[in-house]
Amino acid sequence: MGFSQSKDASGVTVVQCEGQLIVGNRQELKDLVQAAVDQGERRILIDFSRTGYIDSSGLGALVSISKRIREAGGELRLAGLNEDLRSLFELTKLDTLFTIAETPQQALAGF
Amino acid sequence: MSSPLLLCVRRSQPSDAEGASTLVTLRLPSDIGCIEEAVELVVRHCLAGHQATRKTRFRLQVVLSEAISNAIVRGNQEDRAKWVDVRAELLADIIRVYVSDEGPGFDPGAVPDPVHPTQLDEAGGRGLYLIRKLVDLVQFNEQGNTICMTLRRP
Repeated sequence: MGFSQSKDASGVTVVQCEGQLIVGNRQELKDLVQAAVDQGERRILIDFSRTGYIDSSGLGALVSISKRIREAGGELRLAGLNEDLRSLFELTKLDTLFTIAETPQQALAGF
Repeated sequence: MSSPLLLCVRRSQPSDAEGASTLVTLRLPSDIGCIEEAVELVVRHCLAGHQATRKTRFRLQVVLSEAISNAIVRGNQEDRAKWVDVRAELLADIIRVYVSDEGPGFDPGAVPDPVHPTQLDEAGGRGLYLIRKLVDLVQFNEQGNTICMTLRRP
């Protein structure tokens, strides 16, 4: 369980979330993305293809991360949410706040 | 290292009016590192012997995780000297879960609506909303430090 970071061919920072994004590890993700923004990264994709669960603290962390990236003039995209996780974004109307793609490949297209 | 969680499962003959057959109780310390194991244990025992759909399992996982997290972080302020108690009553048609903390309680009616346009960009405040959306009935004790969540089995 954890987060790993890489860069795709077009320079987008891709953060892989493995396992869960919950109250116990949300700060780790926030710190990782903040460090990327501080280093000048402006296009960031978080890939949830290997994520089983996101709690409300994790959703809140994504809202904070999105704000920070926007304030820095960048953009955050999300991808790979399974059906259950997608339903949490829909219930909380966060699907209206984020750009969410089905797959990382779709998210990276035109990013 | 042994788990700090205290689990008790009591199965009885259907005897009362609602045909209660299983009672699951779990006591855990106010440590956010215990949430995942606590949720997994309670969900497993709540659904044992039932043909639960993936959706039911997910609903139970979400509401337990949110209620326990609220109890640890907001109720007990992560004070490890304080406990969180989970009590699940498994009836023929419903699952009723109580989560209690040792905090002063809160007014659930005073929690802002997180999907209101002015709140959507806020980082917090979605846990109770998700619980209300995913169970059939939510009740609190008078003090506001025990939540009771009722799910009907599909």
